[in-house]
Amino acid sequence: MSSSTQDAALDAKRLREDFPLLKQQSHGKPLVYLDSAATAQKPQAVIDAERTVYETCYANVHRGVYEISAKADAAYSAARAKLQKFIGAKESREIVFVRGTTEAINLVAYSFGRKNIGKGDEILISGLEHHSNIVPWQLVCEDKGASLKVAPVNDAGEIRLDEMERLFSPRTKIVAVAHVSNALGTINPVKQIARMAHERGVPLLVDGAQAAPHMKLDVQDLDCDFYALSGHKMYGPSGIGVLYGKAALLQTMPPFMGGGDMILSVSFEKTTFNEIPYKFEAGTPNIAGTIALGATVDYLNAIGMDKVAAHEEQLLKYATDALLRVPGLRLIGTAQHKAGVLSFVMEDVHPHDVGTVLDFEGIAVRTGHHCAQPVMERYGVPATTRASLGLYNTTEDIDALVKGLRKAKEMFA
Amino acid sequence: MSEELRELYQEQILDHSKRPRNKRAIDGASSAEGYNPLCGDRATVYVALEGDVVKDVAFVGQGCSISTASASMMTEALKGKTRAEVDALFERFHALVTAPPDSAAQNAAPELGKLAVFAGVCEFPARVKCASLAWHTLKAALSGDQATVKTE
Repeated sequence: MSSSTQDAALDAKRLREDFPLLKQQSHGKPLVYLDSAATAQKPQAVIDAERTVYETCYANVHRGVYEISAKADAAYSAARAKLQKFIGAKESREIVFVRGTTEAINLVAYSFGRKNIGKGDEILISGLEHHSNIVPWQLVCEDKGASLKVAPVNDAGEIRLDEMERLFSPRTKIVAVAHVSNALGTINPVKQIARMAHERGVPLLVDGAQAAPHMKLDVQDLDCDFYALSGHKMYGPSGIGVLYGKAALLQTMPPFMGGGDMILSVSFEKTTFNEIPYKFEAGTPNIAGTIALGATVDYLNAIGMDKVAAHEEQLLKYATDALLRVPGLRLIGTAQHKAGVLSFVMEDVHPHDVGTVLDFEGIAVRTGHHCAQPVMERYGVPATTRASLGLYNTTEDIDALVKGLRKAKEMFA
Repeated sequence: MSEELRELYQEQILDHSKRPRNKRAIDGASSAEGYNPLCGDRATVYVALEGDVVKDVAFVGQGCSISTASASMMTEALKGKTRAEVDALFERFHALVTAPPDSAAQNAAPELGKLAVFAGVCEFPARVKCASLAWHTLKAALSGDQATVKTE
């Protein structure tokens, strides 16, 4: 891999060489990929890692007596330890492998919710949430007769902490907020929210899908009780993600799904559940994906997450300045602390048309509501165009975007 | 502008999207609401019949250039048509925007008159819903279907 020396800043131009898909052309032009918030591209090291599993050590985990199976098992466990260190968890048994952030949040909603939430209780979220951190809680509310409270957002796209604090009540059973907003890029003060929740004895779940690819994580420092992330957003495989939960909490929670691997013994009279994390990992897991997610962590560690964050922060500043110079463009989401997401609308040009014109320039952006319809509603727009940054993006990508936007403007104005 | 892009954004489409015709409500007419959740496009289509003939048709709403132009051009194409003619035109338009390029439906495009400018849409699978939103909503208005039409 082509990571630069330890002290130098991240060299995005060299790093993009690690990503085969970025060498593709789109509509005859070099691909400018600005949709990493939807899903990130994969470095060769990750692609190779997944293939290597199938070629050299593929067998089912947790059960075989033969050599290949033991190898698969060791690699699977090693991946868990890598993820533990990557997010700063205390123990590896606090890492539960799931399909992705959505499954992680659903796991907590069903398992924690089934046990701890009852009629008249309250669940507190923010107005910035992705549908995946709204709908699972609505399902619990409907099932249990609980209600959902939503902390409002200011014009810049920041959670109103004063209002949030007022929404706590003795009936609040759990708080769930995004670390980074997928639609606006706001970095939420989750450490502060954790304190606010813990003062009242309420656990906090953090949706980290958009944070994990962009910054150094330390769940113990954040002091959140649950943290959810997706492999595919952090340059890893799709279909694999992590639910972190404090061991003491996970131990009190009932299983989410039943099946193989999650039991110690089964008889028709009584089943004894396995220890954490296995209690929550019913069935044969995504073995190759998990091991490749471990390889993703190796790749990111070799670059350094601090460098990734610094690079993206610099590029975000460059992009923000450049976009604000495009006449008639309005940025949606101008929080003081922001990750590499630029959501915007243009006078006279609908986001869908912006997307199509940019597509013909080889530029991939997302248009629509970004699975955050309440956020769109808050800003009175049906949809936005969203350009999102990854470690492989450069100022040239931003220049191409701005050029494409001017073209769209010309066409429709 | 590339050839394919020009094919999609024909002059007439751009013109109708910038200056939509019949963009108004009609008091007392049948109406239905259409919604494309993927891009947030909304259209309410009003249709007033005199016997079996479309006396007036109009729309209000917001959307991208393709959905706005489609609604606008649809209203122009339908005035004076019988219900059977409207149905036939709906079928032909739908075939036009969903057919594989160069297929029979494309060759039949001349029957659609001005609506043939939407032929380029079939090259853009993501935009078919935009072009057909107003038409599906019209159908619901004619059949008195009260539920919001979704092109998902």
